[in-house]
Amino acid sequence: MTSAPSSFVLNRRHLLGIEGLSPQEITGLLDLAEEFVTLNRQVEKKRTTLRGRTQINLFFEASTRTQSSFELAGKRLGADVMNMSVAQSSIKKGETLIDTALTLNAMHPDILIMRHAASGAVELLSKKVDCSVVNAGDGTHEHPTQALLDALTIRRNKGRLERLTVAICGDILHSRVARSNIILLNAMQARVRAIGPSTLLPAAAERLGVEVYRDMQEGLKDVDIVMMLRLQRERMNGSFVPSVQEYFHFYGLDEAKLRYAKPDALVMHPGPMNRGVEISTSVADGAQSLIREQVEMGVAVRMAVLEALARNLPNA
Amino acid sequence: MPLTDPRPLLLANARLIDPADGTDRPGSLLIEGGVIRDQGTELRPDSLPDGTETIDCEGRVVAPGLVDMRCFVGEPGYEYRETIASATKAAAAGGVTTIVCQPSTEPVIDDPAIVDFLLRRARDTGIVRVHPMAALTKKLAGREMTEFGLLKAAGAVAFTDGARSVTDALVMRRAMTYARDFDALIVHHTEDPNLIGEGVMNEGEFSSRLGLGGIPVEAETIMLERDMRLVKLTGARYHAASITCRDSLAIIARAKNEGLPVTAAVTVNHLTLNENDIGSYRTFCKLSPPLRTEDDRLALADAVADGLVDIVVSDHDPQDVETKRLPFAEAAPGAVGVETMLPAALRLHHAGLVPLPALLKSLSTAPAKLLGLPGGTLARGAPADLVVIDLDEPWVLDRDDLHSKCKNSPFDEARMTGRVVRTLVAGRTVHG
Repeated sequence: MTSAPSSFVLNRRHLLGIEGLSPQEITGLLDLAEEFVTLNRQVEKKRTTLRGRTQINLFFEASTRTQSSFELAGKRLGADVMNMSVAQSSIKKGETLIDTALTLNAMHPDILIMRHAASGAVELLSKKVDCSVVNAGDGTHEHPTQALLDALTIRRNKGRLERLTVAICGDILHSRVARSNIILLNAMQARVRAIGPSTLLPAAAERLGVEVYRDMQEGLKDVDIVMMLRLQRERMNGSFVPSVQEYFHFYGLDEAKLRYAKPDALVMHPGPMNRGVEISTSVADGAQSLIREQVEMGVAVRMAVLEALARNLPNA
Repeated sequence: MPLTDPRPLLLANARLIDPADGTDRPGSLLIEGGVIRDQGTELRPDSLPDGTETIDCEGRVVAPGLVDMRCFVGEPGYEYRETIASATKAAAAGGVTTIVCQPSTEPVIDDPAIVDFLLRRARDTGIVRVHPMAALTKKLAGREMTEFGLLKAAGAVAFTDGARSVTDALVMRRAMTYARDFDALIVHHTEDPNLIGEGVMNEGEFSSRLGLGGIPVEAETIMLERDMRLVKLTGARYHAASITCRDSLAIIARAKNEGLPVTAAVTVNHLTLNENDIGSYRTFCKLSPPLRTEDDRLALADAVADGLVDIVVSDHDPQDVETKRLPFAEAAPGAVGVETMLPAALRLHHAGLVPLPALLKSLSTAPAKLLGLPGGTLARGAPADLVVIDLDEPWVLDRDDLHSKCKNSPFDEARMTGRVVRTLVAGRTVHG
């Protein structure tokens, strides 16, 4: 990459979801993120574009990789980053979400990164604060930075997004990752398939812009990218699927099922993985896996989002 | 079953009734290699293979062997009540060539290994075909669905909680949704246990006179109606295991008119007995679901005749002295019936309530088709699972003659007209 540095500005105050982003905005963010991929591989990883800014990571749900990824992204851009996790917050003492928002707002943060178990909670909070808000995952609604990092990973490996066939497999019903990916990939002219048992597919799934398959062999045929989703333990003992054994037998990605996809198909997983439930160790660690590269792209994409939003922040 | 094939067999001079194609005509039927090689009026002795044995049926009915899709066998866990050996002997004596056993065993059939065990036991000790239904929910507890995919691959033909209803509508919805992906058939006993309450027989004048707790038909219709809505929501294949009343027929008719993938069965007991047969507290007539009124019985018979009710089952449930020789309210429900299903059902034919082809269809062709089993037809190439019936022979049932380990028959000392003369499974005579 020897082109001129991107001057892309995300012309909005918040990033609450992929929904509503134009293909140009998505491309702009991905191009900007490429610069940070290069930067992050250098010894000197610091920039000063967020110097003086305060970033609060407000995580109402436990997270390791997303929270540390946002923390690192903010610090590399020069922001002061504060992590607020549920265990220490006033929420435990009975404070409402709105009161928490107003309290934090009084501290004059510039960017708030928020994750919450309830769909729509991030948007609700964004209406009560004066700073920029980035959705780091709200309930089963959206997880926009995950979709962006997945798109960046695909684009770097396949050279494009348009006309690729991407299969999203597993617990789509409860997955904000799936929703954000479906929206982004559709916006970028990729073909999206959803594969899983009907108990794990959302109602009217076809209307979300996916072809629905209940069978891995059929669904993986001619697929370029296989995106596996995590199945939560409490959902695999008879409530949504009968058992781990049955789930892995029919829907777990092992080498045999991966052979149904294109020979050069690549495998992704947003993590954390349940090895032996939705994906076998040999595939997760195999030559077709992009899983570790996704983590690297996560930091770059979040730097791009923070910088693109910061360029739009008032300077007075 | 012995491994060597017997020599070719000709059932000559028979009345061939094949409910699969609606034919009823005189003719002969040739069996070779365990399958029906040929059949019709044109079979000539000089066209038969060498060494063919001929049996003169003397004009008796030859029909597909019966397929009883609701038959409790005590293996594993309740071998003192019934084993595969005793149940299949009783079945053979009753013209039943396939039994579908129920998962309410100990342990419950909710694991592929138990399906495998059962199929091996059936192969080694059974004289008719045995196919298991697996549990719909783990341990029949009504909370978590079983491994439909793996169980079906192991050989389970359908999924049921036996005589239990799944009361939690969300559990049922998810099970149906998941079942549809695997084209698994859900078989459900529709009786709300909360509405049954302390009830032990049909609710009405008769229960009041006997001073016994009543079970309203709504215990059945509310659950059945709920299930129809869930079928519409999920698209699952659904079979009502045992309906008992006129109101349920209306629900089934509406669902079928809507094109829902729904079928229904009625037990031979509910077709031939009513609540009055309880008489002075006869516990052999205590059934689950309970015997209803004569009006309900006649409506059910009509529904079998016109095909609204698809299937007739025995609901064979061996119970012995320790569970039946008790005050009515304390006695266990259930009746043996696999051996008497055909003769009892023939009462409907003799009474002019159900034409013979429709009756035989509900007992063989319809269940075979629903479960995807190859029998239930006299077509060439079909397995030679057959029954030879003397329609008019009068006899009186003595329960001590029954082959089942338990003798709890509501037809003890009853007069019967018509009985099974011979039963063949894969071309071999297993009874007669």
